[in-house]
This record gives sequence, structure tokens and C-alpha cells, in this order.
Amino acid sequence: MTDHVVFDGKPLPLVAGQSVAAVLVAAGVRSWRTTRVDGRPRGLFCGIGICFDCLVTVNGRRSVRACVTEARPGDVITSDDL
Amino acid sequence: MTYDLVVIGAGPAGLAGAVAAAGAGRSVALLDRDGRPGGQFYRHAADGRPARGQHGWRTFLRLRALCVDRGVRLLTGHQVFAVEAGPPHVVHVEGDDRLRADAVLIATGAYDRQIPFPGWDLPGVLAAGGAQALVKGHRVLPGRRIVVAGTGPFLLPVAAGLATAGAQVVGVFEANNPLRFARFPGLLARHPDKLVEAAGYLAILARHRVPLHTKHSVVAAHGTDELVAVTVAGAGVERRIDCDTLAVGYGFTPQVDLGLAFGCATRLSGDGGLVLAVDDRQATSVPGVFAAGEVTGVGGARLAVVTGTLAGLAAAGVVGRPRLRRERARQMAFAAALPSVYPIPDWAGGLAGDTVVCRCEEVRLDAIRTAVTELGARDARAVKLLTRAGMGWCQGRVCGEPVASVVANLTGVRPDATALAAMTRRTLTQPIRLGELADTEENG
Repeated sequence: MTDHVVFDGKPLPLVAGQSVAAVLVAAGVRSWRTTRVDGRPRGLFCGIGICFDCLVTVNGRRSVRACVTEARPGDVITSDDL
Repeated sequence: MTYDLVVIGAGPAGLAGAVAAAGAGRSVALLDRDGRPGGQFYRHAADGRPARGQHGWRTFLRLRALCVDRGVRLLTGHQVFAVEAGPPHVVHVEGDDRLRADAVLIATGAYDRQIPFPGWDLPGVLAAGGAQALVKGHRVLPGRRIVVAGTGPFLLPVAAGLATAGAQVVGVFEANNPLRFARFPGLLARHPDKLVEAAGYLAILARHRVPLHTKHSVVAAHGTDELVAVTVAGAGVERRIDCDTLAVGYGFTPQVDLGLAFGCATRLSGDGGLVLAVDDRQATSVPGVFAAGEVTGVGGARLAVVTGTLAGLAAAGVVGRPRLRRERARQMAFAAALPSVYPIPDWAGGLAGDTVVCRCEEVRLDAIRTAVTELGARDARAVKLLTRAGMGWCQGRVCGEPVASVVANLTGVRPDATALAAMTRRTLTQPIRLGELADTEENG
């Protein structure tokens, strides 16, 4: 059986060791938060922990960087509105 | 306990430094934010296997094995958020942990330099290094139809890696002309390994029918809520190319903020970026603080391994062999030519005023121009205070150099090291939760 995370209520497959961002991008999700001023969608940009564009909520912990946070089976991931 | 040496960053420079100091009998801790050592260059998937075509993999395996043999304490998942100059030096790690050390080696590497263009904030536009990291570290493609653009030799391995992993790379758009290497007679002959490496990438691109366009830049990204196309310009012609992903980068910005937090002296490198100033021993201006790899000047993994080794030896009080110094000089000579071959395009003058420059605070070019022309700002720091550009989550990591470029374009004065350092200085180099900061204060 494949491991999964849950993103905004939907199960997404996970390969051990992948980052939250990798799991989302692999599932075709391009953005997972909106910006504070203009409400624009954001997802992965620098990909290596620099830019903080990819902020997301993981198991209730808000504003973590999806690109440097390892996804674990059963993680509940919700898009972030700052 | 107090370590003889704490190394921050387990990429090529950090691994080499840790191995060298431990080999001289010193107690060494090697820290990295990521869950695995390797940094960007030796990034690999959780099963321990490298991406196809990974260069230098045997060097990585050797360094990692030597870390184990020589008792280096490898601390992955350790994000440093603050440092205090000693003695002893103190390194604060997220999660209320701290390490004390007689010497510290800063080997925090670099990240893709970006220049703003309309639409660069659309999902689907990502850093060239970020696109590569997805493939190397997670075996995930960032998209299906990918344009690779920017400048520098790094674009070739990024495009080759994406194509090898199964993406359709629509084209590589290099803003400059690599034939400018002809201005440096004999340089490539003295660095045949670089030619061989480039030829290897070009062969992969040819095999996958990926066209390489020199003197072409992406000038706009299009889409409503995600990228659907880019406009590229070159030879006086613009054309639109459908794609779902753009991997873009204009060289690298060294990650020097921990050096600034220690109070280390800086200088401008040949590409105008801010780097830590080091002497012949890789020592910074702060006693007991050493630096190696890209933070002392972007030059690639081979140079990083050499400077890391010299830094680790110096931290252990050992003078590096002449052969190492000669190799450092040889690699630095090649690196010194790169800014002339791959200069950062002059973008700040002709860009549309509604282009976002600071992605975090969503500050547009017009606001930055107004801060200079009407409100009297004369450097990037003044612009930051007037517009909030550089005050957001990333603390100016992405927009620091671009904001300084806009100011320079309007005032005619190029930013010096002091001006760039003002946009790079961060008391806390990572945002941390207030509870963790309170714990640090109480226990401090």
C-alpha cells in the first residue's frame, strides 16, 4: 500500500523522504497559499529554503516551508492564507 | 561540550572542512538544515542514490565515509538561526539547541540569483536550482513542458537533468554568449575538465533535441493563476513559447548572513555579489571564524572542496600543502572569468513599473523608483524602510540585490559592499517562533 498525506481533504501519494513541496508538485498542485496584499497564488519558487514563497500548514503548524519540510505518512497539509 | 570546530553547511566545502579538521585530530560537529548531507551539489534522494549524471559523486561518498571514520558528529536537520562571536563562539540551532566551539567554519553555499520580470511571481516560475533540487532530491519533475533560462554554466546541467528525468525541455535561453571565453586565451585549455563537462551536457541536450539559444532572455511570464507561456527576446525579436514551467537563474547569490552576524568583513565579488573576505588560510576578519566554498566567491564544487579542506586544516592549526593552494588558485582563475562571460543583464532601467520586485511584501518597481526619485532614498536600506521591500519573510534574500540594482540605475552609483551588507544583515537569520526565542533568552 502506498503512503499518503492529506492535502486540503484529498489524499496524495508520498514516497519516503520527499518534501511536502515535492509531494504537492508531483500531484500536480502548483500553488498552496495566497498572498496577503493582492491575494495572488504562490507555490514553489526557490525550492531550497530561501524565499519562503512555499509556506504551508502541516499538522496545524502554520507557515512552514514546504520545500524543506519532510512529508510523513498521514500528514494533514492545508493551504495557507496569510 | 565545546567543539574544536563547528562547521555550518554539509555541502562540498563543509564536508571537506570537517574531514580535514577531524583528520588533524580535532573534535568536529557538522551541521546542516537538510535531512541528508550533500548541500545543493551532492543533493540526492532518500534512498541514497544520486540522480543520473551526477558529477563528483565518488568525492561525496569518500568525504561522507571519512566523516564517519574520523568521528565527525554529523547533525542533519539542524537549522542555525543565530550566532554569537566568542570565544567560545555560540551557534544557535532551531529547537532550542546550541553548540559552543573554538572555531566555526561557515560553508552555507549560495542560491540562485534572480532578476525581476513581469509574471515572475506566477506559480510555475521557479529557480533553476529549485527545479534541479526537485529532480535530484525527490525524483519529481517540476512540470511537463519546461523552459530553462537565465545565464551561466549552471543552466546546462539543470536542463540536462530535467531532460534526462523525462521532462520536455522546450529550450535553453542563455542571456549571454559563451563564445566570450575566447577573450581568455588558454583558460579553457588549462581547465579541460570544464570543457568535457560542458560537452557532456550539450550531448545530452542534443540527444533530447533541446535547442540552446544564446543571447536570448525571458522577458515576461504569462498566465492568470499559473504559468502558461513565456516571452523570450533575442536578436531584436520577441516570441511567445507555451510552457507550464520556467526554471530561471542568473548565477548565484552567496548565503553570507551568518558571516555578517559574526561581524566578518565582506567584499564585492566579480559579479557584484557580496562575499565574505578571507585570507590565505580561509580565515575571516573575526578570530576563529573561517569561511569556504561559495560564501567566499562563487566557483563551483571543486573549488569548494579545496577551500573547505584548507579552512578545516587552518582551523586545526595546520598549514595546507602547496598543491592545495595551487589548485585553489587554478580554480579561482577560472571562476574569475565567469562574470565577464556571463554578466548579469542590465534590467532595471527598461522594466515595466508594475513589475513586482519584492515578492514577500509585494512591492512593485514604481514604489521603489518613487522612493529614490521623490523621497530621497540613496541606498537599498533607505528604500527598504520607505517601501517595505526586503522586510518580508525572506528578509531580502531574493530582492536585496535587485533593489540595490534599481537604486544604482537611478542614482548612477553602484552598490558597494556596505550597501549590500545592509540588505543582508539579519539578527535572526531564520524566522523562528517566539516561544523558541523566549527559551533561548531564559536559558542563555
